[in-house]
Amino acid sequence: MARFVKTGKKSVKAISTSSLPDIVFMILFFFMAVTTMRETDIMVTVRIPDATEGKILEKKSLASFIYIGEPLEALQTLYGTEPKIQLNDTFKEIADIQDFIAQEREQLNEADKTKMLVVLKIDRDTRMGVVTDVKQALRRASALKIMYANTNVDQITLHY
Amino acid sequence: MADIAFLLLIFFLAATTMDSDTGLLRQLPEIPDPNVPQDVNQINDRNILEVKVNKDNLLLVEGELTEFSQLRDITSRFIINADNLPNMPEKEIVNLPYFGDVPVSKAVISLQNDIGTKYGVYIAVQNELIAARAKLRDDLAKQEFGIAYERLDEDRKGAVDDFYKVPISEAEPKRIGEK
Repeated sequence: MARFVKTGKKSVKAISTSSLPDIVFMILFFFMAVTTMRETDIMVTVRIPDATEGKILEKKSLASFIYIGEPLEALQTLYGTEPKIQLNDTFKEIADIQDFIAQEREQLNEADKTKMLVVLKIDRDTRMGVVTDVKQALRRASALKIMYANTNVDQITLHY
Repeated sequence: MADIAFLLLIFFLAATTMDSDTGLLRQLPEIPDPNVPQDVNQINDRNILEVKVNKDNLLLVEGELTEFSQLRDITSRFIINADNLPNMPEKEIVNLPYFGDVPVSKAVISLQNDIGTKYGVYIAVQNELIAARAKLRDDLAKQEFGIAYERLDEDRKGAVDDFYKVPISEAEPKRIGEK
């Protein structure tokens, strides 16, 4: 007759968790190293245009950001649906750009002032009128190095 | 210990971003000084490739309606001007390091837009122009040095840049097509 024989206790040993902090710290340091702090809350919808030739922004510390697009839906009751310019955390006008650039430039080292870069994050449906006005304002503020932010793709599909 | 580390980890996950920004690098022209007389040497018309995106987002090259997909080809053909046609850019013999005396195309690309042009289309067109130039430079680098343009050292890169200088100027737009 077959018999089921219980041969001793078959308990699974609990996995040791003593190395858990090490692992978590490792992940933590990974994130600390590869990420950057979120600096501004974006208040406009920006769907960045596609391109194939975009270069990676190397030094984020030298860059100032200008966002242009329709205000977020929650803000549209207050600000309407016309494209707005966002500098830092507020909506601003063309006339404020010069001050903004001066301010941003002030925050850079003496050596880096000439290397300042303005990154334009503009919604792809924005009309060029606003963009041109901003470009002219940047010229007046002599911030001549600019970057049109885009997402890199293999093939461009045009959105008319 | 692990709890504290988790706490910090979650903080960093929430408060930071990982996305790297990419974009088209451009240099804006300086505002001309009104006290300084302007350069009277106008660029010869045959050297300018006039690219225009109108308010209906249609592409015009030298005044002719053109398909977007053809732009890259047209641009590189214009820059090279292989047959030395009289309506295409003239060439100037320039002494460049690594190359010696070579004929360099004097092509200039002028990109114009209307006020009502969509930004996305404008960027796409600008991207094509930059891509055409980049392709020529890359081909030249491969032919001359055997490696891709991106991997050249600064001196060689500079020489290749001088061979195909081809400035892309963004002209001031016409005030039409405003909403």
